[in-house]
Amino acid sequence: MNSLFKTTIVGAFAAALTLSSAFAGDLVINFDDPNPAPKAGFEAAVEAFKAANPDVNVTVNINDREAHKTAIRNFLSADAPDITAWYPGNRMAPFVDAGQFEDISDLWASDPNLSTSFEAIKPTMTRDGKQWGVPYSYYQWGVYYRKDIFDKMGLAEPTNWAELLDVSKKLKEGGVTPFTIGTKFLWTAAGVFDYLNLRTNGYEVHNALTAGEIKYTDPRIKKTFENWKELMDAGGFVDNHATMSWQDAIAPFANGDAAMYVMGNFSVASYKDAGLTDDQIDFFQFPEITPGLARAEEAPADALFIPSGAKNKEDARRFLAFIAQPEIQGEWNKTIGQLPPNSKAPINTEDKFIVQGFETVSTASGLAQFFDRDAPAEMAKAGMEGFQEFMIKPERLDAILERLDKIQERVYK
Amino acid sequence: MATAALPETETTTRKAAPGGQPKSWYQKNRLQIAPWLFLAPAMLFFTVYVIAPIFQSMWISFYAWDGLGEAEWVGLGNYSELLDDDRFYTSLWNNLLWLVLYLLAVPAGLFIALFLNQTVTGMRLYKSLFFFPFVISQVVVGLIFSWFYNPNFGIVGKVWEFFGAVPPSILGDENFVTYGIIFAGLWPQIAYCMILYLTGLNNVSPDQVEAGRLDGAKGWKMLRYVILPQLWPATFLAIVVTVIGALRSFDMIAIMTQGGPYGSSNVLSYFMFEQALSEYGFRMGYGSAIAVVLFLIMLVFISYFLWNMYQDEKDGH
Repeated sequence: MNSLFKTTIVGAFAAALTLSSAFAGDLVINFDDPNPAPKAGFEAAVEAFKAANPDVNVTVNINDREAHKTAIRNFLSADAPDITAWYPGNRMAPFVDAGQFEDISDLWASDPNLSTSFEAIKPTMTRDGKQWGVPYSYYQWGVYYRKDIFDKMGLAEPTNWAELLDVSKKLKEGGVTPFTIGTKFLWTAAGVFDYLNLRTNGYEVHNALTAGEIKYTDPRIKKTFENWKELMDAGGFVDNHATMSWQDAIAPFANGDAAMYVMGNFSVASYKDAGLTDDQIDFFQFPEITPGLARAEEAPADALFIPSGAKNKEDARRFLAFIAQPEIQGEWNKTIGQLPPNSKAPINTEDKFIVQGFETVSTASGLAQFFDRDAPAEMAKAGMEGFQEFMIKPERLDAILERLDKIQERVYK
Repeated sequence: MATAALPETETTTRKAAPGGQPKSWYQKNRLQIAPWLFLAPAMLFFTVYVIAPIFQSMWISFYAWDGLGEAEWVGLGNYSELLDDDRFYTSLWNNLLWLVLYLLAVPAGLFIALFLNQTVTGMRLYKSLFFFPFVISQVVVGLIFSWFYNPNFGIVGKVWEFFGAVPPSILGDENFVTYGIIFAGLWPQIAYCMILYLTGLNNVSPDQVEAGRLDGAKGWKMLRYVILPQLWPATFLAIVVTVIGALRSFDMIAIMTQGGPYGSSNVLSYFMFEQALSEYGFRMGYGSAIAVVLFLIMLVFISYFLWNMYQDEKDGH
């Protein structure tokens, strides 16, 4: 009896010891996309990390994207994980400014892979001259179109503004609305605005606008809206877009009522789910408007960050360096159908959208994140509401721009 | 007073017991203390979770704060910004529309209740069918109506097309959107008022109806002078519930339009949520200022209702 008691005590002790040693190597990751492909890509990367680092015990929490956006404010201060998914650009600014993200400039400087293969995306991960996260994926934006409809009507991919207007008019005459869009959740309209502004005024002016340095009533920005109006007059966008989400807007695209969609590459899977095949859909870069302007593109990135309240920052850094490797980034993005931010990572050459996307962003003169990541949240919300209102009531343009100026003045003070 | 009955009997028995020990302060004052003891948990939680946050919101409304960093004192800055904000006036106007149109649920509920208050086989089934919309969640109601209103495949669009007209995009047009949402909100609210009136009708005294009939009252006169006065408690309750429901309307808007298009279907409660807690919000101070304004508006109604109830109680005793 006595010996049994002894062994129990010793056993409990041993268990406690192993438990505490395991605790030292615990790595908790909060990820934000439970959809099948993103989940599989992320989990494969975690498995690879586990295989390479058997001493680290990785725990993964996968939350819904919208829920994650709300929850992050609580868990960063209350119960911080060691790594969390979030977005770069202005989206990370509140957390960086509040000191809730860990400065990982040391990792960017010391890791040869990070310091050499991420030149293009480094500026978006930088704030106050320091780097705050590691991107694992990004994707191109552009115009997705119904190749079968274009072929049937004898239309070619437009490469400049006149051609785009011409294609729009011909589609409209043929009973097809040129563009589909769903602006219920506003951000889709920002995609159109970003491209029109990037093509009308270029990257510098667009950046200056989202940084609050030029006004919305500036003649250059007005010119962007005039172009937008011209596009609407040439046939424009589907009716009722204000009541549709971006997924709802796929319906007219899939049944042939609309032929083009200004979108990000994540939407391709949804076109295929709606019954379209690779032969029916294709991609072209948003056409040139002002001739000779350097071509900039939208390419929002997704990234991983270390909260400053993390318990195991050492292993968190190891994990971030691990997922920055070219092979891991290549494999991960192959699974989710996006582009690896690591310039040395292999891309999936069998996917024509990825090939075209890579071509699009790797030759771009500048990369914009997206209106709601480049502009501060409050400005982004007001701006996107303004874009939506303009699309429904274009005659109110002046009032809208004046309102945006007023908000801009307050937000950037 | 029922709560105090138990300690009272205890005290009396103790008092009667011979050779009792000298009574402590608590024992002497049991009768006064007991009700407060019973009230204490409720009062504590009500203070911590209801009263304190009200003052906290007022306090936050004087700051500019994103919920993370340092809060910056701006005094009445949020309020002066509010007065200069078009979206605030849109929300206020929509709140007024909600208040006025939502009250239509009261007469509509009365009408249906009168209609259903008869003895026909299967009446219970009809009653429960009419009550059904109140049972399902507001979220579901909102979703169903946004499908109804969809000009491409919704029933409203089909009806319009049948008459050869181009269907309007009810939820996409700034002039229709609030009416569309209120109409959807009326559906469950009418059912609720109907139930209140149905129970009220059960309590209508048959003697008075009989007496009225002998005096020659019929139809409208019977309703106006005999039935309705007896239904006053039900009417009062229906109005209270409907007014409060209109002021806190939130779920329908969140589901059907998210305040859109471009903020034209916002009401104060959703506007507050959008500014303080939504994806592009986190302006805690500004959101709190909206909450304070909404609170003051509600206070007008609630204090009237409370005063009214207090008067009734007084008369009753």
